[in-house]
Amino acid sequence: MTFSAPLEKRFARMLQSYPQKRSALVPMLMYAQDEVGSLTDEVIAEIADRLGVTVLQVNEVIGYYSMMHKKPLGQYHVQVYTNISCMLRGGFKVWDHARKTLGIGHKQVDADGRFSLEEVECIGSCCWAPAMQVNYDYHHNVTPESFDRVINELKKGGGQ
Amino acid sequence: MIYGLRDLMPGSEHEVKVISRRFDLPNSASIDTYLANEGYQAFLKARKMTQDEIIEEVKKSGLRGRGGAGFSTGMKWSFVPKNIQKPRYIVCNADESEPGTCKDRLLMQFDPHEIIEGMMIAGLAIDAHKGFIYIRGEYRFLIEIVEKAIDEAYARGWLGKNIQGTGFDFDCVAHSGAGAYECGEESALLESLEGKRGIPRIRPPFPAVAGLYQSPTILNNVETFATVPAIILKGGDWYHALGTPKNGGTKLTNISGHVKRPGCYELPLGISLRKAIYEVAGGMEGDKKIKAIIPGGSSTPMLVPDQLDTPMDFDSMAKQGTFLGSGGLVVMNEDTCMVEVALRVMRFYSHESCGWCIPCREGTTWLKKMLTRFHAGGGEERDINLINELAQAMLGRTFCPLGDAAAMPMISAVKHFRADFEAHLNGNKCPYEGRQ
Amino acid sequence: MPELVKFKLNDKELTAEKGTLLIEAARQNGVEIPAFCYYPGLSLQAACRMCLVDIEKRPKLATACTEPVMEGMVVWSDNEKIHTARKTTLEFLLTNHPLDCPVCDKGGECELQDMVFRYGAGGSRFVEEKLHVPEQKWSPVVYYDAPRCILCYRCIRICNEGMGVGALGLNYRGVNSEIVPNKGDHLECEECGMCIDICPVGALTSGAYRYQTRPWEMTYVATPCAHCGDGCKVTLSVRNNQIMRGNNRDASGLNGEFLCIKGRYGYDFTHSAERITKPRVRKNDELVECTWTEAIAAAAAGLKAAKTHGVIGSTHTTNEENFFLQKFARQGLKTPHIDHRRSADFPALMDALAGRPATPSALATSRDVLEAPAVLLIGNNPTDQHPMLAWNIRTAVRLRKQHLYIVNRASIPLVAQAEAAKIAKAGEEIEELERFRDALAKEKDVVIIFGSEVKGADITKLVAFGDTLPGHTRYIALADNANSRGAVDMGVLPDLGPGYQPAAQAGMALDEMLAGNLEAFLIVGANPARRYLIQAGKAFVVVQDMFLTETAQIADVLLPSAGPYEKGGTVTNTYGEVQRQKLGLLVNGAKTDLEILSLIARAMGFDLGAANAATQSNEVFEEIRRSVKGYNIAAAALWTGSAVPAVTLNGAVPHRDRPDLIASSNDTLFTSGTLGRYCSALSAVAEAKERKNPEGIGK
Repeated sequence: MTFSAPLEKRFARMLQSYPQKRSALVPMLMYAQDEVGSLTDEVIAEIADRLGVTVLQVNEVIGYYSMMHKKPLGQYHVQVYTNISCMLRGGFKVWDHARKTLGIGHKQVDADGRFSLEEVECIGSCCWAPAMQVNYDYHHNVTPESFDRVINELKKGGGQ
Repeated sequence: MIYGLRDLMPGSEHEVKVISRRFDLPNSASIDTYLANEGYQAFLKARKMTQDEIIEEVKKSGLRGRGGAGFSTGMKWSFVPKNIQKPRYIVCNADESEPGTCKDRLLMQFDPHEIIEGMMIAGLAIDAHKGFIYIRGEYRFLIEIVEKAIDEAYARGWLGKNIQGTGFDFDCVAHSGAGAYECGEESALLESLEGKRGIPRIRPPFPAVAGLYQSPTILNNVETFATVPAIILKGGDWYHALGTPKNGGTKLTNISGHVKRPGCYELPLGISLRKAIYEVAGGMEGDKKIKAIIPGGSSTPMLVPDQLDTPMDFDSMAKQGTFLGSGGLVVMNEDTCMVEVALRVMRFYSHESCGWCIPCREGTTWLKKMLTRFHAGGGEERDINLINELAQAMLGRTFCPLGDAAAMPMISAVKHFRADFEAHLNGNKCPYEGRQ
Repeated sequence: MPELVKFKLNDKELTAEKGTLLIEAARQNGVEIPAFCYYPGLSLQAACRMCLVDIEKRPKLATACTEPVMEGMVVWSDNEKIHTARKTTLEFLLTNHPLDCPVCDKGGECELQDMVFRYGAGGSRFVEEKLHVPEQKWSPVVYYDAPRCILCYRCIRICNEGMGVGALGLNYRGVNSEIVPNKGDHLECEECGMCIDICPVGALTSGAYRYQTRPWEMTYVATPCAHCGDGCKVTLSVRNNQIMRGNNRDASGLNGEFLCIKGRYGYDFTHSAERITKPRVRKNDELVECTWTEAIAAAAAGLKAAKTHGVIGSTHTTNEENFFLQKFARQGLKTPHIDHRRSADFPALMDALAGRPATPSALATSRDVLEAPAVLLIGNNPTDQHPMLAWNIRTAVRLRKQHLYIVNRASIPLVAQAEAAKIAKAGEEIEELERFRDALAKEKDVVIIFGSEVKGADITKLVAFGDTLPGHTRYIALADNANSRGAVDMGVLPDLGPGYQPAAQAGMALDEMLAGNLEAFLIVGANPARRYLIQAGKAFVVVQDMFLTETAQIADVLLPSAGPYEKGGTVTNTYGEVQRQKLGLLVNGAKTDLEILSLIARAMGFDLGAANAATQSNEVFEEIRRSVKGYNIAAAALWTGSAVPAVTLNGAVPHRDRPDLIASSNDTLFTSGTLGRYCSALSAVAEAKERKNPEGIGK
């Protein structure tokens, strides 16, 4: 299979960047996942082939990293942080609110594939807690109200 | 959204800005701003120094690893053997994942060239010509900023072959992680960088001897590398004097939790906890009392208000039985349930344990299950001792420091806050519920 | 001399070779340091933390599996700190390990049970819910029960490092970590079952054995495997005259811990429903069951009536049986026409090596392959045809940095281990060797191993090439079956008697016999009708076999013989190592070929010795030792289970070159001639359908 031209360009650069091409595995999977939506069997076989590793070796890696997934997430993957600093500043309130508002639970995708939700570990926004991420986009000092604003914006088709 | 400096660094008169000195400049991440403000001058200076001179200068500065372990950076560099006929590598650990820590991201966002220059100087020190910046996958926006900085540096001849006619070659690559706290551990990071599961390696050999691709490798934290150009430019002695003896320089410190002005501050080493909390961070929100302080990220043993006058440096913290760690200060007020804190921390370690060794894999999960039951009111008296015993059983016996990181906060929680645990007994619901 | 260092263990002054891992140094000195993940020969993991020891001046306990012993080291493996550490580690392990020992296959031979018994606590403080995931079937022969898995990673390493297959991986992380097969929900591999054998607990279990029996209900018989020419030992677990399992945990043979699928699972032909258990004679063109008395009489009468006889021996029967068979032919029937299906040109090799001293031998043993600094492999595909040889080469390349050079008509799996490999056209293998001359000349000693592609005059050329190498060059010819070598050594050849001595009168070779006009045939454990057209009714045919093969179907008298696991005797592997076969069980109705032959001999009035059924195998063996050149070997070593190399001959072997008769039957890992056709486990695995040896191998 082939990926989009910009991604192919990125991959080509990656393969030149590492003394051993297997080093490109983790980032290649990440960028491929972003483009395809999930790590499908086809993506896995393709990347295994390009890097000269076995499908099993790729699967071992995918299973290890928490950002990699083999099933599609929602168009907007909402990640709420509840680790210590977030917890101290209301992270669980946001998490409960998120579940209620989106009507889905941890690692679930809503019916139309628009939103998915995940309670995640520390993301390095401790001083601006509680934090959340929608796809790769950061939101700091989240409250139930600001959560609603972000979600509504996305529902209107705005946002990232 | 991408937040600006004002949102992230509220500022304080106690700050001594060394590595953050350019953050405030317009377009601070651009190479033009960098070059106009001493950028890459340290590299040119170091190019004229011998390898030993560079390492000596770094040793003199008293710079200790800013990732958490606090090992002397100059010493670490000096362990790279000179006689091994293999390529050498510079690896920057930008996998910032320790709960309570959010400092490296500012360096990447506001001054990526400073990191690159630090790596280049390390390259000069050990004759390495290739550097990798391993950035946690969640920091995609930072990967983009760092990649842009690298591209600029290539375009302007500050990376690549024969840099600025000095005859020195250096390549730099930004590398995305994919969600694994364990990859912040240096040998696990190297495994991950080689395209494998982030399982730590058996050590020795240490990365200085057999690191990336089994080649000699210098692996330092983002902040450590970012500090190097200033040390070379202004001298190790100058830098050392900013801090306290044996604890040279400044440190990006994160203050989070129940304080009025949480944020990131560049503070000289040795400032007291009390000053950091009450003066730098503006004191406690709602003027509540402090109950506990995590001094350097969630894996460091907690401190109590009695210990507020401890200077924030490596040695003073060690005297108090804890660590300066990554500089991630988490402050908790009197209405904090320490059982809940212990539970949340343990949920994290159980989630992040790579599973390689038995005590960490099974211990973190056992503690998580027990604390979940305990916090929900299903605890029994004997569980309180068991929490301590299980943590002790992990301490010092696991394959890598993650087991210790998980064990130490448990031990300190039971030691300092036994009353909180006892209050949950007999089916009582959490006494702190609704108090925040 | 390796450098020795002194160290102190539990206050005792000890010595060990410098660099030895502490866990091994302790073991050598009689101190057990427990471990799950440490496994000799496999990469280090330091994962289980059971081997933690207390080293002086170290703030933390250290893993004995990663610490090389150093001069003056002071270590404790037996103090309170260690006891507590072991106890809690075991307690941690048991939190998610199901305590289903009463029904677990491993119960009674489980390392976790043993460890808890020795080092663990009686009770557990764990009161939370255990994790549970369902058991998975990875292949007809491999099952995985994740909750029982203690994640020692032995299976992954034996598959990756030992087998070079890499079919097992580690997925997920933390407490959810699991061993996974390469095809998602199933395995595609060699189905060797090494992962099962090496599993310290009941996480990996055998489809052929699971939930059948308890280990203490069985008796254990370690005996050479019935299949290929490598001569691995398999330990049969037998209950009530039934083989329940084959494995090799006792590492009693020259194969160490190795077994392939055939060795491990290929025993069930013994219990095949298609076994012949009653003699049959042809009446009105139909094979009709009869008594042994009737059948022996019919065989004797038919053979007596014939004036010319052809005798065909087996590559699976014992040395005693083949020796007796050639005696039966030459002294009893007085016919020179005796042969068997040949797959290696041993006579040509012995002849080419004539004149060399017997020691050091110019023939290499299986052990020599492990220790040789370099191996030159010409032809054959050991991964399929000689799995233990392939294992030994992989082991030597991995652990001893052996250099492997390959010349082959196809790219075989061992190329992955090779220093250099060349593809040669059929018949040009010897010329291709020139390309390796310079490299081989730099090697210390080379073991040259060749398949049936190299035969006749090529062997002479090969030895001439080997002679130009500076070191001590040794040779191995690869023959197909468990006793292919023994059949040649025992003189089941038309031109050579036992011990490669010229036959008094040269007879017809196999193809000539079958194309000629002989009046009677005695065919023991062979199935020539599969390859050659034998016209039924033309000659009187006596067949001894376990199954109704194509040959058995045209027999006039069919005598049911006992299988290899049902009799004593000796066999000689392709390396010339003689091993004692042990009686594992009895199958009702069958008799050993030796007993059948001696019954016919008696009925025909031949005096060939070995008349007493109870002792005949030993009697014949003694005769072999006395009379067969090269077989005057140490009986005591043989009797106690060792593999004893036959003595290398050093005289010329005048023989009739028939390279056209030498061919491998090209068995894969999942086929094994007639025996393989009756092994359900071999055909049950999915890989059996796909597996073929590359074109050109073994011809």
